[in-house]
Amino acid sequence: MIKDRYDVVIIGSGPGGLAAAITARQNGAQDVLIIERDLEPGGILLQCIHNGFGVEIFKQDLPGPSYAQRFINEAKSVGVDWLMDTMVLDVTPDRRILAMGKHSGMVEVQAKAVVMAMGCRERTRAQIRLPGARPAGVYTAGTAQRWVNVEGYMPGKQFVILGSGDIGMIMARRLTFEGAKVERVLEIMPYLTGLTRNYVQCLLDNDIPLQLRHTVKRIIGRKRVEAIESVMVDERWQPIPGTEEIIPCDTLLLSVGLIPENELSRKAGVNLDPITGGPFVDDGFQTNVPGIFSAGNVVHVYDLVDWVTEAGRTAGKRAALYAQGKLPPDNKRVQLKAAENVRYVVPHTMNSVSLTEGDVRLQMRVRQPIEEPVWVEVRSGDKLVARKGEPYARPGEMVTMTLTAKHYEDVQHANELTVAVIKR
Amino acid sequence: MSQTCDVLIIGGGVVGCMVARFLSQYDQKIILIEKEADVGMGASSANSAIIHAGHDPLPGTLKAAMNTRANPMWDTVAAELSVPFERRGSYVVASRPEQMARLEELLQRARQNGVPGAVILTGDELRTREPALSPEACGALFTPSAGLIDTLLISLAAAENALQNGVQILLETAFEDFLFEGRRIVGVRTNRGEIRCRWVVNAAGLFSDEVMHKAGVRPDFRITPRRGEYCILDQAETSIHNVLFPVPSEVSKGILVLASLHGNTLVGPDSQLVAEKDNEDITPQGMEEIWNGAAQLVPSLNPRHVIATFAGLRATGNASTPGLDYHHDFIIEIPAEVQGLVNLGGIESPGLTAAPAIAERVIELLRDAGEKLTPRKDWNPIRTPRPRFRELSRAEQAALIAKDPRYGRVICRCELVTEGEIVAELHGPIPARTYDAIKRRTWLGTGRCLGSFDMPRVVQIMAQELGVSPIEITKRGVGSNFLTRPTKAVEE
Repeated sequence: MIKDRYDVVIIGSGPGGLAAAITARQNGAQDVLIIERDLEPGGILLQCIHNGFGVEIFKQDLPGPSYAQRFINEAKSVGVDWLMDTMVLDVTPDRRILAMGKHSGMVEVQAKAVVMAMGCRERTRAQIRLPGARPAGVYTAGTAQRWVNVEGYMPGKQFVILGSGDIGMIMARRLTFEGAKVERVLEIMPYLTGLTRNYVQCLLDNDIPLQLRHTVKRIIGRKRVEAIESVMVDERWQPIPGTEEIIPCDTLLLSVGLIPENELSRKAGVNLDPITGGPFVDDGFQTNVPGIFSAGNVVHVYDLVDWVTEAGRTAGKRAALYAQGKLPPDNKRVQLKAAENVRYVVPHTMNSVSLTEGDVRLQMRVRQPIEEPVWVEVRSGDKLVARKGEPYARPGEMVTMTLTAKHYEDVQHANELTVAVIKR
Repeated sequence: MSQTCDVLIIGGGVVGCMVARFLSQYDQKIILIEKEADVGMGASSANSAIIHAGHDPLPGTLKAAMNTRANPMWDTVAAELSVPFERRGSYVVASRPEQMARLEELLQRARQNGVPGAVILTGDELRTREPALSPEACGALFTPSAGLIDTLLISLAAAENALQNGVQILLETAFEDFLFEGRRIVGVRTNRGEIRCRWVVNAAGLFSDEVMHKAGVRPDFRITPRRGEYCILDQAETSIHNVLFPVPSEVSKGILVLASLHGNTLVGPDSQLVAEKDNEDITPQGMEEIWNGAAQLVPSLNPRHVIATFAGLRATGNASTPGLDYHHDFIIEIPAEVQGLVNLGGIESPGLTAAPAIAERVIELLRDAGEKLTPRKDWNPIRTPRPRFRELSRAEQAALIAKDPRYGRVICRCELVTEGEIVAELHGPIPARTYDAIKRRTWLGTGRCLGSFDMPRVVQIMAQELGVSPIEITKRGVGSNFLTRPTKAVEE
């Protein structure tokens, strides 16, 4: 039976939401509710039947559904309420939630704290204004993944994949295993945008060519895709005449980026960062609206699910403390700013007091790849606060920098910290 | 198939559907044939969705006459057919002082055409009404009678009302040739057999030239599609409130920026002649042109916020013989060369606006030709709409879910379309048989995820409701299947 009031309500039951729910219960929240629009919990992990999940957290290489199941089981054992097959229509700034479902009907609940964990959606052909016709056979990689792995149907026979994002590369391998022909993967950037391990395991191992600096010039076919015309681009992304090639295919998959899904956050009055597409958050993933937290890919697009789980844990704990009135006072907020070769850094602000309770993880994406050893540097003005080395930096792979208790003094005296990723 | 009727209409675009609907008032047996899997699949649903005031067409043309006559009809037509319609007015914006003289010309033209309430506003007046407008804008012609219509729904709504009143609608039925007895047309041959009739209405849109040539009428007339590309912007990111035109050119009303009925901003169209009648391609050149055009009106628009792109083809007609000129006007006639043909051609913009007036004109032409059109006592002009979940109040939504729980399951999250609505459309008066048909009826898949989320779910619901394999489900009819085979099956 669903109650009228909850300590913490979590919207979305993907890895971020599940971790937040468990951690909220473990940190004193009595009544925790998860609202999920799909029929089963687990989010997009349920269609990710490939392995590669849990290496950081479990030191095991799990398929997506197995990874999700561990958290589903744990959530069941700590005791949370579930509202499945139910979509949240509205969240107010004072945390009233309106949802509806085929079996639940219209439901309204009041939450003391909310964790937004809606994940992200895929960029579409319109967002990259892909030229050409608009036939059947142009799908986002995730849609194709659902068809193949959940529904059990093939969306085509002969594929071209635009974008070297992870889902696209994983689908290239999956479709090949299912007997389809994947002609090639085209990437407009001069570098891979997904994980290197996916390039090796999915493309190289299956002899699927990757063409960097290439894009789709035109989709051909009135009813169903018949071919695409590819073209090479110059440094300014402009097509180079004479490099066009017609590639026969019946399907074009798009793996051209993910966008955090924050329509509900907007309704709740949450301010969004135009760079990440997610909310501005502090180190506990609280948004500008008190009591509204945000966790996982809805904040920014992660490269590994393990980090999403970690973010969910942090948000779930803080949400539970907020609900109980135990959140430490926000005595001083330090701004975190992206500096050289860093596109963004999350969180956007931190409270130095947090370092007395545990580590604070700064996560960022670099602008340009550096294929040689780099420093990840955190500075307060000219003063170097923290620094670590990495063998390389690539836009497809998130960079993590952990601040610990030993950085407390520096952080406490800072107004702003800058984060840079530079050559050593 | 061998059928007979009094009037056969070729083409289920907005003009054909409106002719069917208006003609269904009379004691006539009417058949409408459409070559595609649904009505309203062509230019009728890929346009700016504007019910034009009538300031643009040259005085004395059929375009001007039909536009001005049709505009005031829309309050009644839209209400009877339950199609969203709002009179918001439109602005023709001068971006440079020297364009102000053109506004005066347009004002005179509007008055000659009988457009009510047209006035010229100053740049300052304009910016209080539309703050996002360019600071360069120095004035505008405002015509309060312009409106916006749900262009995806209008053809279907007219066709459904026609069907209610006894019109037979045959989909996937393509015109091939006329059947003659001497100079008299006595029927048509289609891919599905012959249909005998006393009158044929050529409402074939882009293909109206080919149809009239088969009748031996106006062999010089050619339709050359004029493609217009559009972008739709996310309403969460951009919000303008009005319909904004630039000062028009000779051939087109220019690239406009408008707030659609849905709240999304629409940008476009450009104007490109294309050779093929199915070339609805998006092009980099077209996209660049519409963005440059749009930026002159509203500089703050950001291409990053584009959620959808589409292109429509205007049925632009002209003579293929040099020296002979159709002046880009509509053809609405009963030609002398044959008997039994009502010939409509070159119905480009403002064709959507003009459609109800064209329908009335067709009826007048039939009367002039001696047809006794007796009004039917049982004619019902009211279409009963199916519920649109997102338009209901919370109480109505709750009541609907209580009655049918399928209205509680959201399938298209961006546009808030429920399973109940999809099922209702699959079993509607003109049943949706393709994904795009559901899209036009419900606006499903038109939001920011462009159907990525709903597509597998809709295919599954369609397969279940229609009792077929998901592999049979198509996007827009024969040959546009989404899926090829089950997994774990062997490729043929």
